[in-house]
Amino acid sequence: MSFVQNVQKVLKQNIREYGMYIALFVIMAIFAFTTNGVFINSRNISNLFNQTGYIAVLAVGMTLVIVIRHIDLSIGFLAGFLGAVAAIALVFWKLPVWVVIPMVLVMGAIAGLITAFPVAHLKIPSFVASLAGWLIYRGALLLVTAGTGTIIVPDAAFNAIGNGYIPDFPDLGFLPGIHKLTLLLGVIAVVFFVFSEINSRKKKQAYNFEVLPLEIFIIKLTFIAILIGLITWVLAGYNGISWTVVIVLVVVAIYHFVTTQMVLGRHIYAIGGNPEAAELSGINVKKMIYVVFGSMGMLSALSGILFTSRLQSATTTAGTLFELDAIAAAYVGGVSAAGGVGKVTGSIIGALVMMSLTNGMNLMGIDISLQYIVRGAVLAAAVIFDVTTRNRSK
Amino acid sequence: METPLLEMKNITKEFPGVKALDNVSFQVRAGEIHCLVGENGAGKSTLMKVLSGVYPYGDYSGEILLEGETQQYSQIRDSEKAGIAIIYQELALVPDMTVYENIFLGHEISSAAQVVDWNETVQRAGEMLQKVKLKLNPELKVKDLGVGQQQLVEIAKALSRDVKILILDEPTAALNEDDSANLLNLLRDLKEQGVTCILISHKLKEVIQIADTVTVLRDGKTICTLDARNGEVSEAVLIKHMVGREIDNIYPQRERTVSDEVVLEVRDWNAYDPNLGRSILKNVSINLKRGEIVGLAGLMGSGRTELALSIFGNPDGYHLNGELYLKGEQKNFKRPQDAIKAGMAYVTEDRKGDGLILIQDVKQNITLANLQEIANNGVVDENAEIKVANEYRESLNIKTPSVEQKVSNLSGGNQQKVCLGKWLFVKPDVLILDEPTRGIDVGAKFEIYTIMTRLVQQGMSIIMISSELPEILGMSDRVYIVSSGRISGELPIEEATQEKIMHMATN
Ligand SMILES: Nc1ncnc2c1ncn2[C@@H]1O[C@H](COP(=O)(O)OP(=O)(O)OP(=O)(O)O)[C@@H](O)[C@H]1O
Ligand SMILES: [Mg+2]
Repeated sequence: MSFVQNVQKVLKQNIREYGMYIALFVIMAIFAFTTNGVFINSRNISNLFNQTGYIAVLAVGMTLVIVIRHIDLSIGFLAGFLGAVAAIALVFWKLPVWVVIPMVLVMGAIAGLITAFPVAHLKIPSFVASLAGWLIYRGALLLVTAGTGTIIVPDAAFNAIGNGYIPDFPDLGFLPGIHKLTLLLGVIAVVFFVFSEINSRKKKQAYNFEVLPLEIFIIKLTFIAILIGLITWVLAGYNGISWTVVIVLVVVAIYHFVTTQMVLGRHIYAIGGNPEAAELSGINVKKMIYVVFGSMGMLSALSGILFTSRLQSATTTAGTLFELDAIAAAYVGGVSAAGGVGKVTGSIIGALVMMSLTNGMNLMGIDISLQYIVRGAVLAAAVIFDVTTRNRSK
Repeated sequence: METPLLEMKNITKEFPGVKALDNVSFQVRAGEIHCLVGENGAGKSTLMKVLSGVYPYGDYSGEILLEGETQQYSQIRDSEKAGIAIIYQELALVPDMTVYENIFLGHEISSAAQVVDWNETVQRAGEMLQKVKLKLNPELKVKDLGVGQQQLVEIAKALSRDVKILILDEPTAALNEDDSANLLNLLRDLKEQGVTCILISHKLKEVIQIADTVTVLRDGKTICTLDARNGEVSEAVLIKHMVGREIDNIYPQRERTVSDEVVLEVRDWNAYDPNLGRSILKNVSINLKRGEIVGLAGLMGSGRTELALSIFGNPDGYHLNGELYLKGEQKNFKRPQDAIKAGMAYVTEDRKGDGLILIQDVKQNITLANLQEIANNGVVDENAEIKVANEYRESLNIKTPSVEQKVSNLSGGNQQKVCLGKWLFVKPDVLILDEPTRGIDVGAKFEIYTIMTRLVQQGMSIIMISSELPEILGMSDRVYIVSSGRISGELPIEEATQEKIMHMATN
């Protein structure tokens, strides 16, 4: 087969996955153009990543919730409420950061388990169960902030989570103004990526599975390597990698590993694909509902921490619409509403797409009313694209 | 020669890695019943999907002529308009709608303003039901009907449009003998009324009974087209064309391997289904010995599947009462997980509904019930997984380009084999097979029987639920007959005959 035919075939087969990256690229290019490059300067990209953080962790959890054919609407205000609890614990109870963070994460997990109970045991639709949670946590947030209004958090360590950057090597006299640890990490990431891809390709070939044609494989590797390199370079040009990005990357790495490599992940996707068959295959579906909602709750807590830390304060409206941003990110990232399909890495890209829109339109000074309409249109386009490409490949 | 009603010329259809149809030509005369036979994966369903526009024009190469005119369907609706109606391997009715709503679904009888005329609809639905000789109230919900009745409703639905060609893909696979006979009679009547029929079936007996013409496909190619009206076509001839070699005895030779040790025993077992609000099993007592194949015979809906489910961890939440012993120990399974851990496996009757994860690939399905075996500390070892999947692919002869193929892309029979592979990988002591050869071709049936024989020789014990009496008689060591949730009889194989079993099953 000729090279062009190969490219066409591969594109056609993977249109859904590549489409997302292409969309992100196009959106970024448009904003780069319309903002005269402000959008893609180091400072803004760094800012964009930090803004995406608290939605990204929610989108990761939401991916699994949607994969098992459920939904969780309560997470926005749960994040807001737990963010406020963290602020109160730090400011009024004077607890140290290393106590507050685990405590809030555990509270989040418990909240998730509570949502799971009616869903797993009483077969109440998760839409309704979590809608109740939405109301309750909203009330709870208003309640705990009622006396004080906005709670300012003065704790430097806590605020670094949302605003700080990883340290750099001491000044060695070369590459002034560039964050060298970030560069090093970027190089390591590229090398690691290239090796693991080559490895997995070799393995597949050994089993005679279909692999990408060599030229295209090389192009793909080069492309992604350049992409990682570029992002690293841009970030290194400002303050380097932020703690938020580190946290998001760790969360994604863990969830990616669990969902693709572990028995637990297999069970989750099996339930999404066919719950009856999963139960009959010896998977405890109820238990998995607890696991997935529990993880969602914990990630909501993390989101609340990231958000509070970023604002350096807890507000009475924190968390508003987070749940919808997370759901939109998951759908844009290729999660299927029918269940059983979707990757956490996709949802991260989805979150980045949605946040780029907000960020870019803010830079352009577009009115908030129009912003909503554009974001809605992009969501609709993504889902339509998803459904049509999926059906065609059948 | 007259022009055929339908002519498909040089049809080729490829899927990634599979040539499902390779230059197939196929002709159907007006007013005949034309049977299409072939092994699992031969391409029968695919050929019909090409005809009905599921795979639109351009997705395949070749030509379709209806009454001499070239047809190019870009969607199912186009073929429906041209008078082609297809009833798929899996039923496509909406369970929560009434019979009459289902019959006119998609072409409702309505006024100019798109308001549905329900009176007219009910009336016309009644006429359609008469046509298919189904006496029932059209206001019933489809989910409350038996499979046989649902099948007839599907046909009524097809007839409610103007059909020239009615295509049925394995319509009798899920029917018992009475319902099958009923359906075949109906097809004969329709033929009298001028409806042309294409019938796909693995039940060669009925093919010989009813066909005017038989076309055999093998590996995506037309092998031959036979005139079946003068009685020259026999099962042996068909099998030979289908598999390319002769199979004289489809039940393998078995040495009796039954030992005295009872591995599974159920005593005074009662089950009440809270959803249906009635008792479904009454005082059932059965036992199974090591190395034994016990057949569970009975009519559809007699409670055999419910019995299997209630033993296998009771996933549907029946209220149970009675005693269950596995290898001498009393058990009280809370969920299928417990039953599997204790050494049981259950190959379900409905492979798409509750057997397989269709959107996942062959290897993921095969390993699903026993992932622990190929995992270290909860991390799945992919190499081990591929190895296991390939083992079962070979030993069960699953036709697939690779174990990375999605199960939804396999043909019906090969999906069944994947189900079987999944449960064999659990390495159970007690294997329950619910209609194990439904929709499976003769060659594959023989393979499955051979596997069963091998398994009992290795000390496994098998309960086989089957509605096909020849299979029960051919494979069992002992037969229980189930009727209305009770055991109405038990026969050692030496004493069992079709007549005796039918007699006990209908009492
Ligand atoms: N959507 C698809 N994608 C890839 N391969 C497919 C797809 N549909 C069918 N096939 C392959 O095409 C071949 C023919 O399948 P088909 O369903 O027509 O078989 P069949 O004769 O109906 O078999 P059965 O008797 O088991 O139903 C099989 O090898 C099957 O795996
Ligand atoms: Mg078929």
